[in-house]
Order: sequence, then C-alpha cells, then structure tokens
Amino acid sequence: MLKQLPGFRLDATLTAPTPGVIALFGRSGSGKSTLTNVIAGLLTPDVGTVTLDGEQLTDMRQGIVVPVERRRIGYVFQDARLFPHLSVARNLRYGERRRRAASTVSGFDEVVALLGLTPLLQKKPRQLSGGERQRVSLGRALLSQPRLLLLDEPLASLDVARREEVLPYLVALRDRLSIPMVYVSHQFEEVLRLATHLVLLEGGRVLAEGPVDEMSLYPALQDIIGPDLVGAVVEGLVTRVNTETGSAELALGTGTLQVSLRDVPVGARVRLQLLARDVILATQPVQGLSVRNALASTVIAIADDWFGAALVRVDVGGAIVLARITQDALRALRLRPGDAVWTLIKAVSTRGHTFTLAPGN
Amino acid sequence: MNASPESPELEALRLSLEVAVRSVGFSLPLAVLAAWVLTRARFPGRLLLDAFVHLPLVLPPVAVGYVLLLLFGARAPLGAWLRTEFGVQLAFTTAGAALATAVMTFPLMVRAIRLSLEHVDLGLEDAARTLGAAPLDRFLSITLPLMLPGILAGAVTAFAAGLGEFGAVITFASNVPGVTRTLPLALYTAMQSPGGDALALRLALLSFALGLLGLLAAELLVRRVRRYLGG
Repeated sequence: MLKQLPGFRLDATLTAPTPGVIALFGRSGSGKSTLTNVIAGLLTPDVGTVTLDGEQLTDMRQGIVVPVERRRIGYVFQDARLFPHLSVARNLRYGERRRRAASTVSGFDEVVALLGLTPLLQKKPRQLSGGERQRVSLGRALLSQPRLLLLDEPLASLDVARREEVLPYLVALRDRLSIPMVYVSHQFEEVLRLATHLVLLEGGRVLAEGPVDEMSLYPALQDIIGPDLVGAVVEGLVTRVNTETGSAELALGTGTLQVSLRDVPVGARVRLQLLARDVILATQPVQGLSVRNALASTVIAIADDWFGAALVRVDVGGAIVLARITQDALRALRLRPGDAVWTLIKAVSTRGHTFTLAPGN
Repeated sequence: MNASPESPELEALRLSLEVAVRSVGFSLPLAVLAAWVLTRARFPGRLLLDAFVHLPLVLPPVAVGYVLLLLFGARAPLGAWLRTEFGVQLAFTTAGAALATAVMTFPLMVRAIRLSLEHVDLGLEDAARTLGAAPLDRFLSITLPLMLPGILAGAVTAFAAGLGEFGAVITFASNVPGVTRTLPLALYTAMQSPGGDALALRLALLSFALGLLGLLAAELLVRRVRRYLGG
C-alpha cells in the first residue's frame, strides 16, 4: 500500500500470519500508526489493498473502502479513548451491543475476569489509573468480537509501574484467546514479551519481517534499539527446573543452557534474549570459571560493530548466538569464520531477559 | 382595556416565558444541526452560512422583524402558504413573537453549542467507529451527550435573552396585549403611558431578576452536567 501525507510517505507491503501477535516495530515517525490506521480504515491509502481473511477491505483500484464500523477490527488506542460519560460497564457493553459477528467468541464475564475488571465496572473512566483505562479499552475492543485486534502503543503513555498493570494481561490474552493481534511498539522488551512475528519499519518502509528469533539477528535492528540491546533471541523448552537455586535448564540447539528462571514448569516454552555484550568466546576449553554455560560452537560470520567492536555470529548446535567482542580480542584470538569456539554464557545474565511463550506457537 | 383578569405584570411575564420557551423549543434542534454543520462539514459556502447564522447579532432587530414580515406576513408568499396549507398565522401572534425571538437568539445558541462541539474529541468518535457504530449512532451515543453542556448553556442563554427580545417582536408580531405584549413591550408601553412609572419600574425589576436568574441557572446547570460527564 502507498499513503502520502504532507511530508510523509508510507510504502509498505505486508502479509501477516494469523493467529499470533505481529509487532510493528520502529522509531516514532516510521509509519507504524499510519499503517495501523490504514488497516483499521481510519485512513484511506492513495494506492493499495487491505485484505483480511480473504475479504477485500480496501482496494483503491476497484474503489473498495469498507467503512471502519463494518470491518470488525478492534482498536486499542494509545490514549485508551474511553467514553467519559459512560461507566466502565457501559463502555464495555458499547462494543458488545454493536458487534457485527454472528457468534460470540469472547463473552462479557470471561473478558471481565480475564482482564480483572470486576472491581472497576461501576466506575467512571476519570476514576481509573492509566493502566486500568487500557485494560478497559482492551476489554471493550474484545467484546466487539473483532477478527483482528490492533494495539497502537497501548503502553506508551504509561510509566513503568503502570505498564506492569497491563502487560501480563496482554500475555494472557495472547495465550488464551485466538484473536490475531497487531501490536505497535517502539519498546523492544514489549516485542520480546508479546510478539510472535516482527515487522521492522523505517521511514515508511518495511525493512524486514520475520519470526522474532530470526529478526533479532537482523543487522539494522541495532540502529533502532541501540547497541546495548542487541542480542540473539533463542527459544526453547524448559527441560529441568531447580526451585531451590532458582535455575532451570532449557534445550538450546542440540545443547543445554542453564538459566536463572523461577516459576516456570518443565515443558514450558520460553524465549530468551542473550545480550551480545554478555556473551564470551573462548578458543580453548576453560576451567575454574564461574560461568555456567560453555557450549561448543562454530564461528559463522564476523561483522564490524558499534564503536569499533566486532559482532561475532556463532552456531551453537543449530541455534545462532551473537557475541560482541573488542577488535583487540578479535585479533588476539585470530577468529575466522569456520573456527571452533566455546561460547560462554553466564546463567545470571539471563535474568530479566527470559519470557514465557504461548505453548506451541 | 385589558380584557384578561391578570395583572399586566403577570400577563407580560407569562407571555415572555411562553415566547421564550417556544422559541427555544423551535430553534434548539436547528441550532444543533447548524453547529454541527459549521464545525464538522466542509463545503463551499460554509463561511457564508456562518455569517448568515450570525447576522441577527449585528443587524438592527427592527430589520430582522421587517424581513420576517416580508417573508411571513399575511400576504407574503411563505405566510400565505403556511396559512392555506396548515392554517398557521405567524404575524401578530404569540407564535410569531416566538419565531422573531428564535431568529434573534439563534446565533447565541449556535455559538455555545459550537464551542462544546469543538471540544468533543474526534478520537472518541473514531473509537466508536471501530466498535461498530454507524454515523447517526455515533452522533447520538457519543457526540450529542458530550455536547450537552453547550446545548444546555445555549438553551438557557437563549431563553434568558429571549425573555427580553424587543425590536424584532414588536416589528413582526406587534404589541397586542395578551398576545404579543411581552415584558419589554409592556415596559415600553408603561413608559409611554401617563402615570405608568410605577408599573414600568416593577416590570424593569422583574426583567432584571429574570435575567440574573437565567444566567445563574445556566452556569450551575452546565457545571453539574460537566461533572456528570466526567470532564
């Protein structure tokens, strides 16, 4: 699709797999919200098509623009946009009463319970905290029985503490409901916690898209999230849990990775970001180190990195991991693609970077 | 010469109230429509319509009354049509006084309603759209309730101002005791009559009290509605 606004041009072709959570990720001004509004029908593109479940919603060549209210696409706005003159309960019922779906997927009681809205039902929007408002907005959108849920930076106007009033509920929605979601964000942590699929937008164009673990290796991602958050995302099943030490083991490629992780059962699927700056490479087996993981690996590629460092891509039994080392270290170890190395990962460095995934996605 | 048993003060008060109520009832829906069109619609000639709506603010009221007479007088085209089709006569009747008052207070009402409509967040209407609300539904369920403070303020201000409309009423509806002799007309008549000073003073005080009461009521009402709406 193509959309030109004064001083801005969006040119994006995007095919989103459903179900799942697709993150539209990019800096502000990259076209995330414009794209979302085109999907919702709030903006009409100059050229292009929008298709959902095989139904043409927008086709500028044929002059088809299905009105917003008939698209059955839910929208959670950054500023919640609750109706100030209606109670929480009536806000929730607003969409439910106007639903255009033949069947009800999400019932009122179910949604209220899932989002923890019971104590808020009689309140007016102005009596709610920012996090509560977003939860109500989420429930209101769900009750209109959408085929797709758009979330436009729903956490951006909340402080860190308030974000935690919403994020766990979003994770629960992803895992319990089968509604595909498009999640707009410029916070990489939100992507790691929620998304199954990542679309990188820059200057109104789709830079790249793919599953989150693959996209974590994409070089230009660094320009958006900054060098310190660069790190390979790996996904695996928890194979062993030690509740006493707060550690767990998970399958990584053909090997096993020991991580700091509590409150996760054996068999859970987790996603883990190994920050490149925390990963150590060794050309020989090491002894007498506190590092819990020393994994036999092969160097795949070496790239120049931020501030003269090097980003080394290694294959750890089928999983790809990034390690950031200095140019001095690179010269001292004389690393070349194809070399065998040991990849050292501190178990404690994974704390706070491990997220549970929906079973089986 | 006064046929009714009422005192002239009571009669004038009753007539003024009747005229003001009828004028507000008549013009309110139109004022909401005009405010919506002037705020939200984009069409050629919008500025002209805007100026036209505001014209009664700057015209001499006598001129407005005269134009109404030209349009709705007994022999005027619209007036004749109304009488043959509906049996309605406007000139020299209470209904005519209400019409003249409605025209004069229309800009006040539109301004107040517009002000509140401009404060209604278009984002809320977008949100309603994504929830499946069609245009009229959106207007009735979201826009109109949120405009309520302005609508009430406009209605009460127009009502208070309508109690005192003089020039347009006397020109279009004349000064008929018991029919179109509202408070200001009665006051004017008393001033013109020998020995009417005491009556004139009483009528003036009555107008003063009514106006003050109206404005206070408007303010209190608007505050209350704002609080209800959660603004």
